[in-house]
Amino acid sequence: MKISDLERGFGFKSLQAEYADRPLAAGYTSDLLSDVMANAKSEGVLVTIQAHKNTVAVASLVNLAAIVVCNGRPVPEDMLEAAKAEGVAVFLTDRSQFEVSGLLWPELGGAGQAGAAGRPRAAGSPGAGPGAAGPA
Amino acid sequence: MPSVPISPDAGPQVVLDLIYRLKVRDVMSTPVITASAGETMRTIQYRMRDNGITGVPVVDGHGRLAGLVSIQDVIEALDKGRIGAKAEELMTKTVIVLEDDMPLAFATSYFNRYKYGRFPVLDREGSLVGMVSASDIIRALLVAMNDEVQRLEERLSERLAAEAESRPPDGKTRLSFPVVRFDFENAGKASAEIKKALKERGIDPATVRRAAVASYELELNEVIHSEGGTLSCSIGEGRIEIVAEDRGPGIPDLDAAMREGYSTANEWIRSLGFGAGMGLPNARRVSDEFSLDSGPGRGTRVLAAIKYQ
Repeated sequence: MKISDLERGFGFKSLQAEYADRPLAAGYTSDLLSDVMANAKSEGVLVTIQAHKNTVAVASLVNLAAIVVCNGRPVPEDMLEAAKAEGVAVFLTDRSQFEVSGLLWPELGGAGQAGAAGRPRAAGSPGAGPGAAGPA
Repeated sequence: MPSVPISPDAGPQVVLDLIYRLKVRDVMSTPVITASAGETMRTIQYRMRDNGITGVPVVDGHGRLAGLVSIQDVIEALDKGRIGAKAEELMTKTVIVLEDDMPLAFATSYFNRYKYGRFPVLDREGSLVGMVSASDIIRALLVAMNDEVQRLEERLSERLAAEAESRPPDGKTRLSFPVVRFDFENAGKASAEIKKALKERGIDPATVRRAAVASYELELNEVIHSEGGTLSCSIGEGRIEIVAEDRGPGIPDLDAAMREGYSTANEWIRSLGFGAGMGLPNARRVSDEFSLDSGPGRGTRVLAAIKYQ
């Protein structure tokens, strides 16, 4: 699946759309930024409730492609500005980290386990996630 | 206007530095003039007048905050003919408080957000330890800025000498950045610059990532735990050295500091997603060489070296 599928396929609200749309290689769920630094895979999506600009700093340092902010947490403007400067996509959803991880697992679970390279299936075949009509 | 002989690039940074370095406890007024819940609004009104204050916290028998009577509450009591009523009936019960170890930057944002004239200050145990008004903050900042200008004048010559020294003709790239305590606004910028420099030298992505992890963890450690310092990076053939050096307060127990999960960070730092006790272990894990030199009462120096092909 691609970054834009987070909005089109899963209905997450796109807050920062200035990014190069490309396949997501993995997913990682955590609210501890050191944990994200240590374990999140490059070109992956971060599922978190940490809505502040330090999250963007971490995402950028470990080459994450997108951040999904959960539980409808308010996202401050300076976070979005930082994300725009770094080309990191930011999405917002009312769902919890658990729910979002579950939704993304069929698409990215295998890719996340397989390592930074991702699996070919992730590219260009968004498929239909649970409760989501995949883009045709 | 007389000119001040300070380095122009350090000037604005100094102000930022101050609001992150100074804590609420450095500027709050103590001892606090309080009232008990059973005292009347009239008694509190006199206490305000006699002490020239506009807010009196109400405490229980254990020194815990129960509420606050502001001058607004007194005026309303007078207006409604209830000046003889007990404080507990008319006080504001939902009080926004500051913690004594919050940096001034947080305190000023509270003033902007809540529009109150003063805030009670609690310590880690939740006891009332002081009061902070906007004028307390401004007064403390003016005094601190005066001191800072003097210190800058003294340090300027040292700095210029150090800068000249940091450009040896050995083909290495050296970068150095000041890191400011509690400056979460700019945290990570030094690491972003280091990462950019490594990429520009065409170093492979896996190495760049390891270096970025090490430098970010060390940078954030300085932001969270130190009184401020520098983060520097030297890029040579096959070897990247990242050094974090701070001015204190030093680490009392080095073994504990290196243990995964051990952290001395407080609640509001944890709420930002830091302070999980993974910083130093992470930095060591991605490094080929790692050394930590510190002790109570002096600065800390951490070296993380990463080799590459």
